[in-house]
Amino acid sequence: MVDSFSCSFTATELAARTGVQDVVNRLREMGVPEARADEVQIALTEAVNNVVEHAYAGMDVGDVRIRCNLDPEQLWISIGDAGVPFKDGQLPAGTRQDLNVSLEELPEGGFGWLLIRELATDVQYERNDAGNNLSLRFEIQMRNAKPA
Amino acid sequence: MSLTSTTADGTQIVTVNAERIDAAMAIQFKEDMRSTTENGPDRVILDLSEVKFIDSSGLGAIVAAMKQLGQGRKLDLAGLTPMVDKVFRLTRMDTVFDLYPSLPDAQAVNRVES
Repeated sequence: MVDSFSCSFTATELAARTGVQDVVNRLREMGVPEARADEVQIALTEAVNNVVEHAYAGMDVGDVRIRCNLDPEQLWISIGDAGVPFKDGQLPAGTRQDLNVSLEELPEGGFGWLLIRELATDVQYERNDAGNNLSLRFEIQMRNAKPA
Repeated sequence: MSLTSTTADGTQIVTVNAERIDAAMAIQFKEDMRSTTENGPDRVILDLSEVKFIDSSGLGAIVAAMKQLGQGRKLDLAGLTPMVDKVFRLTRMDTVFDLYPSLPDAQAVNRVES
C-alpha cells in the first residue's frame, strides 16, 4: 500500500517555511516516526531553500511542488520547480569541508547539500521541459499507521 | 529577531527568543548578534534552549557570529535541542564550538581561552 499526497507553494523563504512544516506534519500523521520526521524536515528544508535561493534567481518567482509517496519501508519526496537547472546539470557533491582551519577561514555555507546527503538514503535529479525534479528517498520504519 | 543579553562574572549570555534560526531570519540574526556582542566580554554564551529548528543558513549565521567576535573572544553554545544538536553533529560543527547541555552547565565552566 502506498499513501501519497502533493502540494505546492510559492518559492519564498516564508512560504517555504510553512510549506515544509505542513508536509512534515502530514507525514507524522501518516505514521512516520518523530525522529525520522525531524530528519526529513531538515533535508527537505535544505532542498526547498535551494529552490528559493537558486532555481528562480533572476526570474519571476514560481512554485515549489512537493509530492510524497509513503510505503511501509520508504518515503519518496519529489521536489519540482520551473526554474533554472543545476549548474552543469549536476547535483552539488555535498562533501565535507575542512573545519581544521583558522577562525577567519571557517565556512559559513555549503552545509545544505551535506545535510541532504547525510540524511536521505538516495538522491536523484531529473531535468525535463517542465523544470527540475529532485527526488529524495528516506528509509522509514513506520509506527502503526493510522488507517486511511 | 529577539535576543536577550545579560552580563555576569565577565561573561555575556545571549538568549535567542525564537523557535527557529532559518533562511528567513539568518541575516537578521547575524546583524543582531553583531550589535549585541560589540565591545562585550571575551566570552559569550549563546543560549539556544528555545530554538527548536535550525537550517544551514542559521548554522552559517552562528559561525559568522563567532567570526565577528574576532580573535581573543569566544562563542560557546548552550542548551541545544534535539534537532539543533543533530544539525551540528551531522555537519561536524560540534567540533568547532564548545557545546553545553544547558546554560548552567556552560556558566559552571568559567574559562576564557585565547
